[in-house]
Amino acid sequence: MWLPAYATRSERLCRLAVVTFAFAVLVFLVGPLFVVFPLSVSKDPFFTFPIEAYSWRWYADFFQNARWTQSLWNSLVAATFSTALATLLGTLAALGIARPGFPARKAVMALMISPMIMPVVIVAVGAYMFFGPLGLTNTRTGLVLAHAGLAIPFVVITVLSSLSTYDANLTRAGASLGAGPVSVFFTVTLPLILPGIVSGALLAFAVSFDEVIVALFLTGAEQRTLPVQMFSGIRDQINPTIMAAASLLTTVSIALFVGLSLIRRLRRG
Amino acid sequence: MNTMTLERRRLDEAPPLTSETMVAFERVQKTYDGRTLVVEDLNLTVRRGEFLTMLGPSGSGKTTTLMMLGGFEQPTSGRILLEGQAVERLPPERRDIGFVFQNYALFPHMTVAENVGFPLRYRGVRGAEAARRVAEALAMVKLGGLGERRPAQLSGGQQQRVALARAMVFNPKLILMDEPLGALDKQLREHMQVEIRKIQQNLGITMVYVTHDQSEALTMSDRIAVFHEGRIQQLSDPVTLYDQPENRFVAGFIGDNNTLSGDFLGVEDGFGVVRLADGSRLLTTGAAGIPGSSVTVSLRPERLGLDNGTRQGAENRFPARVLDRTFLGDRVRLTLEAFGDPSLVASLPAADGAAVTPGGIVTLTCRAADCLTLTR
Repeated sequence: MWLPAYATRSERLCRLAVVTFAFAVLVFLVGPLFVVFPLSVSKDPFFTFPIEAYSWRWYADFFQNARWTQSLWNSLVAATFSTALATLLGTLAALGIARPGFPARKAVMALMISPMIMPVVIVAVGAYMFFGPLGLTNTRTGLVLAHAGLAIPFVVITVLSSLSTYDANLTRAGASLGAGPVSVFFTVTLPLILPGIVSGALLAFAVSFDEVIVALFLTGAEQRTLPVQMFSGIRDQINPTIMAAASLLTTVSIALFVGLSLIRRLRRG
Repeated sequence: MNTMTLERRRLDEAPPLTSETMVAFERVQKTYDGRTLVVEDLNLTVRRGEFLTMLGPSGSGKTTTLMMLGGFEQPTSGRILLEGQAVERLPPERRDIGFVFQNYALFPHMTVAENVGFPLRYRGVRGAEAARRVAEALAMVKLGGLGERRPAQLSGGQQQRVALARAMVFNPKLILMDEPLGALDKQLREHMQVEIRKIQQNLGITMVYVTHDQSEALTMSDRIAVFHEGRIQQLSDPVTLYDQPENRFVAGFIGDNNTLSGDFLGVEDGFGVVRLADGSRLLTTGAAGIPGSSVTVSLRPERLGLDNGTRQGAENRFPARVLDRTFLGDRVRLTLEAFGDPSLVASLPAADGAAVTPGGIVTLTCRAADCLTLTR
C-alpha cells in the first residue's frame, strides 16, 4: 500500500504492521458506536449479542416518556442559548485579540483557552461555588452561562484562524473608499470570516449538547439535560432507552461534524 | 555650501499654500517604537494634478509616509494638510482619498461591479447613476463587460485595473498607490505604467505613487522624492534626478554609476578640479568642495566615450586598460582599470565597442559636465 515498486520485503512488512495497528486504533476509538446503535434497535430488553430481533420500540419509548423529551428539550434550549452567547463573545474576543496593537496577547489567549485545558470537574465545582450565592444554581441561566464559558475557547480559536487568513488591507480599503468602521465590519469583514464563526458556533453547540459534568452540578430536576438524564438513568435502571438516547446524541454530534466539514470545504472552494 | 543644504533650507520653511498645493507635509515625524524615527522631519508638498513618486529602498519611510497620508498611520508629530485642511486626525473614510494597495485588496465576496460600486454606496450614489459610473470607470480601465465576474476569476493585471477603477470612481481628491505593479510580470508592468500615466494625465488626477523600482519612477513621474533612512534625499523631476544627483545615495540609487573618490583641489576655469587616487586630475562640475576635502565624483557609464577624435568638447581624457567586455546587443559594456581603480564601467554603442578587446589599452573621454562632484 502506497509503497514504491522497489520497496524491500522488510519495508513491506513494516508498512503492513503500521497499517494494521492504525486500523486497530480506529476500531477501538469508534467501537462504542458499533455497540450502541445495534443495541438501541434490538427488541430484547437485555443487552445481548447477537441481536435476534430488531425494533424501534426504545425510540418510541424515548419520545413517549416526558422525562426523556423534557431533558432533550432542556439540552436543545441550553445548547442554543449558550451557543448564541459563546459565538457573540468569542467572536468579539477574537476580533480584539487579532488587532495588531493588542496588549499581552499571549497572556489573554492563555486565559481565554483555559476552560478547554482545565479539568471540567474543576470548572464545574468552581461554577457551583460561584453561582450558588448568586442564585444561579438549578437555573437554566446558570447552565447557559457555564456552558458558554466552556464553548468560548472553541469559537475564539476558529474565528482567530479565519482572521489569520483575512487580509487587513481589506479593512483599510473599505475605509479609504468611505465606509466607517461599523460598515466595513458588516459589509467586508463579517461575510469573509462567517465560515469561521459558523464553525465555532457548531463546535459550541456540540460542547454544550454533550456536556454532563457541569450540567450535573448546576441543574436541578427541572433543567436536567439529556446527558444528565442518561447518567442518572444508567444509575437507576439500565434500560435500552438509554441506548436510543445515546444514538440520538451521537447522531446530533455526527450531524454537527458533517456540517463543520462542509463549511471547511466551502471555505477552501 | 552645496545644493543639498540649500534645498533642505528652502524646504524647512513652511511650504507656500496656494491653490496649486494639494498636499503639504509639515515637519512630520513618525516613530513606531518611540526610539527610531521611521520618518524624520518630512516636509513635502504635492502639487495639484501632478504625478509624484516616492522612491526608495525598503525601510526608507516611503510607505509609512503614504500610509500617513491615507490615514492608516498617525504622525507622531507634525501636520498633514490636504487642500489646506489639517487631516492628520481625520480617519481614512473622511479623507476622500483613493488608495490602490499592493495586493489590490479587492473584496473577494463581491463581484467586480460591486467592488467598483462600493465607494458610491457611501456617497449616496445609487441605482442607475451608480451603475452608469461603475460602467464608465470599468470602461476607463478597459474592463467593460467583466462587471459580473468575481475578483478571483480575473488575472493579476485585470485585478489591478479593478483596484484602480474602484479608487477613481468616486472622483477622490487624490489617488495613492502602494507599489501597485509589484506583483505583475515585466511586460505587463511596463504596459500598466504607461496606461496609469495616460489615465492620470487625461483626467488631471493628482497621484502619489510609492515604488522601489527606479525605472518605474523615472518613466511615470512628474517629480520624484527619493527616500532614504526616513529623509527625502532629493526631490526633483526625473531628468534632473538622473543628471544631477545631489548626494552619493541618490547617485548610487538611480541608474548605474561609477563613483570615484578623490580630493577637491579647487576651481579652475569654472570647473572643479579633483585629484583621484592615482594622482590624475579630473575636471568636474557640481558642488564645490572645500579645497583639500575628500569628495566623490559620480560618472554615468554611458557618458564615457572612446577617444576617436570625434568627441569634441570632452574636457577629460585618460587611458584605461580593458578588463572585460560584455556584448548586450545594442550596447557593449566594458569593465576597465583606470585611476588605479579596477572597477570602472563604461557603456558604449555596440559599433564603438566592437574593436575593443580585453587586455588592450584605450583612451576614454568624458565631459566635465558629466563628472559630478558630490560632497555628501
